[in-house]
Amino acid sequence: MNTATKIGIGSALSRVDGADKVTGRAKYAAEYKVDDLLYGVAVCAKIAKGKILSIDEADARAVPGVVDVISHLNRPKQAWLDRNWKDELSIPGEPFKAFHDETVMFAGQPVALVVADTFEAARFAASLIDIRYEEEPHNIDFAASLDEKFMPSHLKRRNNYHPPKNRGHAQQAYDDAPVKVAADYHLAPEHHNPMEMHASTVEWHGDGKITVYDKVQGSQGPQAYLASAFGLGKKNVRVVNAFVGGGFGSGLRPQWQVQLAVMGAIHLEQSVRVVMTRQQMFTHAHRPECTYSVRLGAEPDGKLSAMMHDATTSTSRFENNMEDIVIWGMMAYDCPNASGEYAIAPRDTYTSADMRAPGAATGMTLFEIAMDEMAYAAGVDPLDFRLRNYSEVDAMNGTPYTSKALREAYQEGAARFGWDKRSAAPRSMKEGRELVGYGMATGMWDAMFSKTAARATLSADGKLEVASASSDIGTGTYTVMVQVAADTLGLSPDRITATLGDSDLPEAPVEGGSWGAASTGAAVQLACQSVAKKLLSAAGKLDGDPFHGVNGIEGLEFADGAMIRRDNPDVRASLTDVMAAAGLDKIEVEETAGPGIGDMISMARKSRNTHSAVFCEVRVDEELNQVRVTRVVNAVAAGRIINPKTARSQILGGVVMGIGMALHEETFADTTLGRWMNHNFAEYHVPAHADIHDIDVIFVDEPDPEVTPLGVKGLGEIGIVGTAAAVANAIYHATGKRVRSLPITIDKLLDAPAD
Amino acid sequence: MNEAVTLDRAAGQRVAADPIATLPLTLTINGEPRQLEVAPWTSLLDLLRDKLDLTGSKKGCDHGQCGACTVLIDGKRMNSCLKLAVTLDGCEVTTIEGLGQPDNLHPLQAAFVEHDAFQCGYCTPGQICSAQGLINEGHAKTRDEVREQMSGNLCRCGAYPNIADAVLEVLGTEKKA
Amino acid sequence: MIRFDYQRPDATAEAVAAGRGEHAAYLAGGTNLVDLMKENVARPLQVVDINRLPLKAIEARENGGLRLGALASNADTAYHEEVQARYPLLASAILAGASPQLRNAATNGGNLNQRTRCYYFYDTDTPCNKRNPGEGCGAIGGVNRIHAILGASDQCIATHPSDMCVALAALEAEVQVSGPDGDRTIPFADYHRLPGDEPWRDNTLRPGELVTAIDLPAEGFASNCTYLKLRDRLSYAFALVSVAVAMKLEDGEIAEARVALGGVAHKPWRVPEAEQLLRGERPGEDAFRAVAEALLKGAVGQGENDFKIGLARRAIVRALAQAAAGTPQSQTDKRIA
Repeated sequence: MNTATKIGIGSALSRVDGADKVTGRAKYAAEYKVDDLLYGVAVCAKIAKGKILSIDEADARAVPGVVDVISHLNRPKQAWLDRNWKDELSIPGEPFKAFHDETVMFAGQPVALVVADTFEAARFAASLIDIRYEEEPHNIDFAASLDEKFMPSHLKRRNNYHPPKNRGHAQQAYDDAPVKVAADYHLAPEHHNPMEMHASTVEWHGDGKITVYDKVQGSQGPQAYLASAFGLGKKNVRVVNAFVGGGFGSGLRPQWQVQLAVMGAIHLEQSVRVVMTRQQMFTHAHRPECTYSVRLGAEPDGKLSAMMHDATTSTSRFENNMEDIVIWGMMAYDCPNASGEYAIAPRDTYTSADMRAPGAATGMTLFEIAMDEMAYAAGVDPLDFRLRNYSEVDAMNGTPYTSKALREAYQEGAARFGWDKRSAAPRSMKEGRELVGYGMATGMWDAMFSKTAARATLSADGKLEVASASSDIGTGTYTVMVQVAADTLGLSPDRITATLGDSDLPEAPVEGGSWGAASTGAAVQLACQSVAKKLLSAAGKLDGDPFHGVNGIEGLEFADGAMIRRDNPDVRASLTDVMAAAGLDKIEVEETAGPGIGDMISMARKSRNTHSAVFCEVRVDEELNQVRVTRVVNAVAAGRIINPKTARSQILGGVVMGIGMALHEETFADTTLGRWMNHNFAEYHVPAHADIHDIDVIFVDEPDPEVTPLGVKGLGEIGIVGTAAAVANAIYHATGKRVRSLPITIDKLLDAPAD
Repeated sequence: MNEAVTLDRAAGQRVAADPIATLPLTLTINGEPRQLEVAPWTSLLDLLRDKLDLTGSKKGCDHGQCGACTVLIDGKRMNSCLKLAVTLDGCEVTTIEGLGQPDNLHPLQAAFVEHDAFQCGYCTPGQICSAQGLINEGHAKTRDEVREQMSGNLCRCGAYPNIADAVLEVLGTEKKA
Repeated sequence: MIRFDYQRPDATAEAVAAGRGEHAAYLAGGTNLVDLMKENVARPLQVVDINRLPLKAIEARENGGLRLGALASNADTAYHEEVQARYPLLASAILAGASPQLRNAATNGGNLNQRTRCYYFYDTDTPCNKRNPGEGCGAIGGVNRIHAILGASDQCIATHPSDMCVALAALEAEVQVSGPDGDRTIPFADYHRLPGDEPWRDNTLRPGELVTAIDLPAEGFASNCTYLKLRDRLSYAFALVSVAVAMKLEDGEIAEARVALGGVAHKPWRVPEAEQLLRGERPGEDAFRAVAEALLKGAVGQGENDFKIGLARRAIVRALAQAAAGTPQSQTDKRIA
């Protein structure tokens, strides 16, 4: 027996798609070679709100190579009813329909598509389109939009919105509290900006069928959406997203470039590619701006007695985007009196959207700054303060967790970081000209599980293919699928191929919310277990029937390409021998993993969450206020880790984006013009190499067989949650300056008074 | 540039209907001499991706602000999105496709896989070409120097620590390419 | 990007002849012009590719100075032995800017002529007097945290984005140009200009003139200099405020000091009277503060960029201290010395 070396769940396998990515062979949406391809370049609205009066296309059409100009004046037929434009993650309101009519609802709205036989001709011609508008008053100023904030009626709320559940008498308890903190926090709008710009290559097959290579986080949702919106019939639309150059939520819903590309292809009956410019990447999804007012009351010993939350996030005028902002602190901490208020404020932009850890990245982060303030107000170490208010159960819903190893995360994280070396007072640690600060925060996210199907095909030569219409946006789904299959059937990973990112494959949801590994992994495991069952029955054909009497696959070990009797490890047969004996050229099964009745009951009775403890060291130049984040330790409790190598990368990525949230990321609005101004990578800052120093990731032991079939909780979001608060809190500890508006840019830090 | 170049807004209209002439262009791409006919408004990046099907070089911003399009031109790393192809007549261009193949990875490519120095993979070819340029330049030895001199390559997935590990590993063993 | 005619002359005279066209633009490294053409901000009808002109050399001058060819790349300049040894201020400023791949492509001449990073200049759907005279300035009263605090006009508050030029201003380089009317030399202080009533003019080049070289004087202030840059992230970002200091110390006293500011005006900002205050002084915080006050005299914010005044004041003091101590700012170790 040599199962100790088996590569499976828990192995640090290098990404199976790695070689394709490092050699440039991995094909992204704009990279498929398609015959007779036309290039479309979008023309975007100059105004923020109003109507198109006229479009002068004459000069554009004169450019050699230009094939056509498409706009609301000549577009192909679109579905009229909003319900035909619903996508997998639609939110209440009227979905954006490009070229639907002459109405302009936001600056940068695509209003025409120039199609030419070269990209360069289309780009030049697009610059020659002359559009006249009738402008209407607009508002993109978030502060001004708060006058119009509202809570949508029940039917017009997002179906995944969780209203806060109040407990006790928060106002009274706050009024009576001997120690109080009251402050308002703010998060700037952020644009997702995955490195790959949104792109679609629509291949026109000529028989009424199209293949859409799309930059999107799921294939089957857009397939149904495009079929419905353009009346194509689902069987005629295939969507492929085999490689996705990052998403972070911007590809959860189909973006406008796919509408334009499909309209172009239908209109011209030819293949069309549309790639957004980086500037155009600022015309759609973005993390909502948020204002969050927190009031905390505590006893002198730091025991929380009251928490009051009131937050508003931005949305558009045409859809009600909502986030869970205020509930995280209410769930996380033991506090007898808690209340939450939440509203959305509409403005004349595109609808805000889910961006990495939507809701939590904003709400938990801002609340954790307030928690830090209370720790100082009560004179308690910030980590002790959190432990003092630790809740073993979900304090808002009153339900136990399937598991919560946050205490262990605090302990292991603090030990690795050296939290005990922190001196309590702000501005008390200094090295040379730099003030040194230690800060920490708690992170929290949901552990979700989504119905997903997978197919497993074992060939007579012992090679296995596992396939599912799931996506890999950098999260490692290919690798997870291979590892789970290797684990289940005892095959070497190099004998296994994972296929995903194609709407023709077994049903899977869009990738997001950190449910991918748990869901796709469970589906692959189920499919491979079915293969195992078929192998067991095929083994009856082996000479001497050596597996006779084995009662189900639980009686078998799969390793080294062979099946082995658990009750007698000397009895083994290679999978290829088993198949040969039974005369099988392949075994192919498809299975669907989804929450069963037991899971449903568990979901109703228990809360399912990942947790983290983030520790951060910053160094701030005392006079110039330049901030350097020199160390981060993120200790994560996320159930079972399928692949420690790719799992660590997920957390690193979340931490880096969290550092960006803390220090860099902000889209600036010109409220007069009604448009975002820093719409490029030179002026919209995300962290660069030089901004990122040591990041240490810890996964604490958290066995949880109940949360999902594999015991996996998911890692895509948790890394960012709380990170920006840890940075902000470290900056306070270093400087004594409390900046309550993220990002903490040098201007804000210079202006902030020191306590 | 002369003032009319920015001030004359109607300039485009005047030349809208004029066809753009192509020019002969000789490039050695990944060791292979290529005789091409290219319009002057085509960037090296678009030439590689759209006309030569060398899609390993990525378009992440098209303005020199992200580094995803980084290739080696006569051994030096540059943003291919900002190079009009016709200006490179006679040059040698190395793209990610010229560094190694899946069954014969370049040491940087192997180190990137081993260190999980990418997630979505979109910035990766640019990071690797940039790292090769960094090695060719010979100005970086320490981790701080690698960080600073790789800062022209953004990674939104946040793989920076792993990228630095991968580059440092190769720096320790690699000679100039 | 507009349709254009492309020429590739081999000789400078030929290039200058081609560059006379009203709609002509010289193309060297392309890192700024191609960017602007893609944004439809620059719309040249003739592009004159000057990369074949013999202007790449970096060579010693008879007066002990150094001539930087206009087509030498920023990277080759920064890493050039003579520049590293004798003009570390220039090397440091170059390496503080852009990215390695941009510095490999960008040329010295092009660096001088790069256009502002003002959001409004770059976005053709917004008003900008620099792009479209008479249209108004979107940045005044708009998003302006990166804009000028010195020397701005009511028509334009853009800043010059170069780091290299801030060092060249402190070093008092000279710009050699060739044009339709012959060759001439422009002192660096006169090369860039303030926006005034003609914000579309960044510099004093005449139509068709081509930068051929940048001459550095013999004195490089190698012992006491620094380039200190503050920005929104630690690399690959334009300066909010930067300070170049070149200093000469004799017997512990300051014999000469030059201070140039970047990120604060339409050109690298120097105030000779402010520099005079240091002559004969011993290095010290009080003296440095006085220089900062004098340099920033008349500084006025636009709202969002008010912070630059205070930031510049502190940065000037720190940079003078760095230069006086002979501990120039590292462009790799981001801790500010």
